[in-house]
Amino acid sequence: MQQSPSRFPAMWTTFMSWVDRRFPLTETFEYHMSKYYAPKNFNFWYYFGVLAVVVLVLQLVTGIWLTMSYVPSGAGAFASVEYIMRDVEFGWLLRYLHTTGASAFFVVVYLHMFRGLLYGSYREPRELLWLIGMAIFVAMMAEGFFGYLLPWGNMSYWAAQVIVSLFGAIPVIGDDLMQWIRGDFLISEVTLNRFFALHVVALPLVLVMLVFVHIVALHHVGSNNPDGVEIKKHKDAEGVPLDGIPFHPYYTIGHDLPGIVLFLIVFCAIVFFVPEMGGYFIEQPNFEEANPLKTPAHIAPVWYYTPFYAMLRAATYPLFGLDAKFWGFMVMAGAIVVPAVLPWLDRSPVKSMRYKGSASKLMLGIFIISFFILGYLGTIPPSPGATLLAQICTVLYFAYFVLMPWYTRVEKTKPEPDRVTMR
Amino acid sequence: MGGDGFNKQRRYFLIGATSVVGALGVVGAAVPFVKSWNPSAKARALGAPVTVDFSRLNPGEMLGPIPAWRGQPIFILYRTPANLEELPRLDASRADPNSERDMQPAYAKNQWRSRRPEFGVYVGLCTHLGCSPKYFPLVTAEPWDANWEGGFFCPCHGSMFDLAGRVRSGLPAPDNLRVPPYSFVGDKIVVIGIDEENA
Amino acid sequence: MKRSTLLWVFLTLPALGIASTEGTNWPMQAFQPNIEDKPSLQRGVNLFVNYCMGCHSLRFQRYERTADDLEIPHDIFVANLVFTGQKIGELMTTALPTEASRAWFGAAPPDLTMVAKLRGGEWVYNYLKAFYVDESRPFGVNNKVFENVAMPHALLELQGTPVSACHQVPKIAANGGEVRDPLIPGVAVTEEKCGFIDVVEGSGQLTPAEFDQAVYDISNFLYYVAEPARIERDRLGLYVLLFLVVLYVFTALLGREYNKEVH
Repeated sequence: MQQSPSRFPAMWTTFMSWVDRRFPLTETFEYHMSKYYAPKNFNFWYYFGVLAVVVLVLQLVTGIWLTMSYVPSGAGAFASVEYIMRDVEFGWLLRYLHTTGASAFFVVVYLHMFRGLLYGSYREPRELLWLIGMAIFVAMMAEGFFGYLLPWGNMSYWAAQVIVSLFGAIPVIGDDLMQWIRGDFLISEVTLNRFFALHVVALPLVLVMLVFVHIVALHHVGSNNPDGVEIKKHKDAEGVPLDGIPFHPYYTIGHDLPGIVLFLIVFCAIVFFVPEMGGYFIEQPNFEEANPLKTPAHIAPVWYYTPFYAMLRAATYPLFGLDAKFWGFMVMAGAIVVPAVLPWLDRSPVKSMRYKGSASKLMLGIFIISFFILGYLGTIPPSPGATLLAQICTVLYFAYFVLMPWYTRVEKTKPEPDRVTMR
Repeated sequence: MGGDGFNKQRRYFLIGATSVVGALGVVGAAVPFVKSWNPSAKARALGAPVTVDFSRLNPGEMLGPIPAWRGQPIFILYRTPANLEELPRLDASRADPNSERDMQPAYAKNQWRSRRPEFGVYVGLCTHLGCSPKYFPLVTAEPWDANWEGGFFCPCHGSMFDLAGRVRSGLPAPDNLRVPPYSFVGDKIVVIGIDEENA
Repeated sequence: MKRSTLLWVFLTLPALGIASTEGTNWPMQAFQPNIEDKPSLQRGVNLFVNYCMGCHSLRFQRYERTADDLEIPHDIFVANLVFTGQKIGELMTTALPTEASRAWFGAAPPDLTMVAKLRGGEWVYNYLKAFYVDESRPFGVNNKVFENVAMPHALLELQGTPVSACHQVPKIAANGGEVRDPLIPGVAVTEEKCGFIDVVEGSGQLTPAEFDQAVYDISNFLYYVAEPARIERDRLGLYVLLFLVVLYVFTALLGREYNKEVH
């Protein structure tokens, strides 16, 4: 039996015709779902896009609910978080969903980006897609930073203090810029209120718009795949890529639905049993209220910023008359932004790591290991040995990018297949 | 693609079964969000029963409006025997003389609309649009009524209530003054918010 | 393979948790909280209210929540544990005025609602057992876990007088064994080791074992109060995970059903 519209009850067909004359509902559904042909060889690394959307929705919904009870004032913020944890029915659950969601968002997005590095998803014609993704990444980091001040705990306060004072390192305009960001002579309730507006309204709007644009860009060029093969090169008589399958229902139900549930199992295990994750998701000094006179013994940002924080601290020499603080800021910002130029750094004749040479594989491996080491170093107090290691890893991190135009060109690659392989 | 050749029964069973389990999950997931809208422990604490000691009250006087219970202003009246005698004579002019409408608990469904004849406990909000009616207990001519028999006059739109909180007919307010749940814990001490139903 | 690696990372992360022992060399005794032990929590709240709440508030926790979670009827709770005339639904604040207390103690006694999370349950437990007499301090006591703390020993009458003492302890050799006197068989060589706390016998209302239990109860209670929702969180989590596993089975089967069509 075919799955043709004539199987639907007549009422439904009439209703849909009414809508379709006035709004491109069926057309849109077909373009993006049932007639969007995705490569049939998606593997594990292709779950993280949809998981990122799931986490985004989760953060939006739990965030809205938290905003119903949160009080964005210096006097009331910390107490309102405890009010949510104790007095609001299921408030504790809303809070833990949101904090775990923030960490989950970064886990998922880092893995999503890694997939890009692995299979050359940033290569032509997907450069713009990649740039939009980088914009989402930067917006996420800002969103997390603003959100972290809101509980008004002691780590919230001092983390904001540290990051805002980075801007003070910029020559000439630094001090004025700091004051402008803070809205006050010190991090205060004024800063809290504006970060609240940015975190709850401005950046969520930006994020949602960017995600929308990201998906539009993706669907325009079609997804990449683990072999880096362009499936649109081989189409059948009806113009359907030979190696493509309709996204709905084969990926929506066949792939993403169980994937989402599996993700939720891990996610809920954390939410219900280890929401603080040993101090990595909810940091201990944040269990006391912000105190401008008392710095925590050991300031560490939340884990997803630590690789970049380690790079910031690794810069210890002044150069060209500018102090190390400024260079640290530049190194950190550079590290966050440099992946954006990957489409133009990668000169390999093939897209996917499966067919690239050993140099690319080695450099990627070194990059990942350095990233993890830097992440760990960002959580521990500085020491001469740790700083040296951070400096080495920072160099290795940048080497992956800086040397790429060279090693991707000179290495011996394997021939990229014509059609996808189901490895 | 192979749209044919799948086991229909198995597929539809799985779609159905997964949808049912999934729907249960969605409902379950919605529960915390819905329940979080219930009054929090803070709201419940602020709305907790309030004990009022009106032993200083003299006959003919009223205590209130006190912002006593759940943000609602409360009146406590100490009616005189003359006030009590007057009440049946006002039946004819009342919109709901026997308190048929549901504005009071069972123990206040009587001619004094209270547990004890001499003490009236009412929510001090006019049943029209919520203004605070004023207490005029004396039987004397008033600007709004030459034959004023004593009671409450609401300055917003002119509604009038007798000393048992019963509304006069033909005026904007449709109902008698609401009686909150209350109980006596002493001779002249009431707890507003606690009665037989909600202890 | 990659899936399980990630799972492994998640599950081991808590073990790498950032500890917050701030520069103390005091050998910490292990503390195993048990918030299911209601009698312990009840004793704990009783002790806390009587010995600690004069100065330390639990200003984020309500009496009613404590009473309900610890299974203490409201009237008994109010009659025995609320000394400030507050109602059962109110927050557990202290009557001590903050500004004045800063002048009296040098620092305002901090709120303790989340101290078990801020410093760890183990820290709280050991802190309470680490007071000792020190005439140089304003209140006559010091603390091995929190040096030069501004707090008097609130549990003094229970513990008795704790004195910092040196003991003759067996000398430990490099290989971990006790050093024996070469001339006298079976006798260990001793050395003086300081940093013990001895309680003057009979000076406290409780025996050392009873005092230990009391401190455990207070610490257990503070562990509970830091997150009262923990009990419900654990219980609900189990059901949620069980449900999700069942849902996964269905979605995996359904998924496989569709994937059969994709060669």
